[in-house]
Amino acid sequence: MSDPTTGAPAADWPLYEVFIRSRSGLEHKHVGSLHAADARMAVEHARDVYTRRQEGVSIWVVRSADIVASDPAEADALFEPARDKVYRHPTFYAIPDEVKNL
Amino acid sequence: MYTQALDTHGREPVPAPAAEGAATATRFQARIDADEKIEPKDWMPEAYRQTLIRQISQHAHSEIVGMLPEGNWISRAPSLRRKAVLIAKVQDEGGHGMYLYSAAETLGVARAQLVEQLLSGAAKYSSIFNYPTLTWADVGAIGWLVDGAAIMNQIPICRCSYGPYARAMVRICKEESFHQRQGFEIMLTLAQGSDAQHAMAQDALNRWWWPSIMMFGPPDGDSKHTAQSMAWKIKRFSNDELRQKFIDVTVPQAQFLGLTIPDPLLHWDEATQHFAIGPIDWSEFHAVLKGNGPCNRERLEARRAAHAAGAWVRDAAAAYAAKRGAQAHEGGKS
Amino acid sequence: MSAGSAAAVRRDRALGEALFRYVLRLADTSLVLGQRLGEWVGHAPVLEEDLGLANLALDLIGQARLLLTYAGEIEGKGRDEDALAYLRDAPEFLNLTLAEQPNGDFAHTIVRQWLIDAWQLEIYSDLAGSSDERLAAIAAKALKETRYHHRFSSGWLARLGDGTAESRGRTQAALDSLWRFTAELFAADEVDERMAAAGIAAPLVPAAERWSARVAADLGAATLALPAPQAHPWYGKRGVHTEHLGHLLGEMQHLQRTYPGVRW
Repeated sequence: MSDPTTGAPAADWPLYEVFIRSRSGLEHKHVGSLHAADARMAVEHARDVYTRRQEGVSIWVVRSADIVASDPAEADALFEPARDKVYRHPTFYAIPDEVKNL
Repeated sequence: MYTQALDTHGREPVPAPAAEGAATATRFQARIDADEKIEPKDWMPEAYRQTLIRQISQHAHSEIVGMLPEGNWISRAPSLRRKAVLIAKVQDEGGHGMYLYSAAETLGVARAQLVEQLLSGAAKYSSIFNYPTLTWADVGAIGWLVDGAAIMNQIPICRCSYGPYARAMVRICKEESFHQRQGFEIMLTLAQGSDAQHAMAQDALNRWWWPSIMMFGPPDGDSKHTAQSMAWKIKRFSNDELRQKFIDVTVPQAQFLGLTIPDPLLHWDEATQHFAIGPIDWSEFHAVLKGNGPCNRERLEARRAAHAAGAWVRDAAAAYAAKRGAQAHEGGKS
Repeated sequence: MSAGSAAAVRRDRALGEALFRYVLRLADTSLVLGQRLGEWVGHAPVLEEDLGLANLALDLIGQARLLLTYAGEIEGKGRDEDALAYLRDAPEFLNLTLAEQPNGDFAHTIVRQWLIDAWQLEIYSDLAGSSDERLAAIAAKALKETRYHHRFSSGWLARLGDGTAESRGRTQAALDSLWRFTAELFAADEVDERMAAAGIAAPLVPAAERWSARVAADLGAATLALPAPQAHPWYGKRGVHTEHLGHLLGEMQHLQRTYPGVRW
């Protein structure tokens, strides 16, 4: 059914991003997106599409419009400075072998 | 798989506007050459974006249309186990369509637009699904040959340069191998069954062999723009390479089944160490691609009918959600 | 079977026959409903619902397979799930008449589904406590599936009932048309009475009341009107069906009937 004024196809239901926790102890991972008319339906669709092979113990669905993402164009400013701060990594520090529990 | 290099057949990619700049394009190609993944919102040449949208959506449409020839036999599956497996397979195909539409949408196109393109006949989908499933053996042949060919094409795409597409393909490939086994098992049961069942299996092979071979698309010589797709790591192997691989793998399987491939010129070539086949009738391929295959009309009409009949349902769900705000029917806590 | 008096033997055999019929009622209802849902695949209003309906169909066919296998064992004549599904004729099928009704539009399918989901919720939750261990195990598994089915179907009932004017009209019409088959759901006969007496199934009156309460609540949420009770009795549970079942079975059983005695 098209929009009578513009002739464009009728809009989809809103897009949701889906995150699944596959096992207790793991984080939720982004697995893809789907369309749903409401949040309850989005959970059901996520369940039917992404957990058919026992790949899930928990589902999060978030409207795609609500996701705030960093801008790839700012990747340099956001992520480059961390590259030379190697002192944040434990391997940067030389500790004598005799010292335990460090 | 269900791309068949349809979009590269005789069409120019959109040229990059001067404003994009040679330096940016070079940096982009360097990322690709280094096997980095391109993610949504990363800068990409417009031609790269459009090629991907076309390829991914064609693949998605193929999965959706592909539900029909097999769905045709769900109600008549000859055992409950076969019925359950077939429903699960067709459900997977719908799921694959969803993963792919989802990947296409990350490139800035809406599902509604893509569906409209399919239903209007503007978008292409794999020609293989324009053939009818006339017997139960066709269900086996599709699983064995069509899904077999699909796997061959899909595995390399798991390493394609565009992240969402590559990840969708990894999911799909994991699920696809059950599909091929399901089909082969059906063929095996029939081939080793009664005379009537054996004949049913042979008849299905006779009808599905050549269309399956043609799934890999036109010969490399006729595909003008494979080079760009290869450079962008959207396409990883040529049509002929994949086609040959499929033939080499499948002929021994047919021999095991005790079925005869319908090609009197098929033979093992000692020199090349490959199976050589007789000439492919590309006129049939082009006819089917143009919309004149046995089921093109029926497939699209079925999809249009489902979409049209479903409009009031989609509208109702949207209206219900609007009445209650976006948090209608809260799903629950994490 | 206990050794002993002829009366005891007769009683056990009668119980066995009643149990056979009872299990077939559950099995055939799931099978026929699953068959109907399978017809939707590739034709649903939106791709996500193709997957949702297929999921329901798979669950129901899975229930049918477990129940038919058990029924065949009870009968003791060597009939397996396929022999029972593919080689019985319509009068031997004991599904609820409601299950064999055609899909119609999406509203019809959802209303049919929801009415049976609400029924299965009561039946399976009671059966999970059955004195028959096999049935209790099958019911416990089926109950989890049915909870999801009811969530799905009641959710859609609300969206369609309280969506647009068109969706409400279609859904009320579907409800009015299918309501006449609900009288059969909790109408107890001698099979039900034997099952209750043996502690295998629970009495139906309390289940009927819970079903009515749930149905009323779901209809309220969907802003739909409860249809008036309709008196004509339907006897699918006793093998007396509508014309629809014959066609459904004709299609379903075609291959096994055309090529008898072969493996598939």
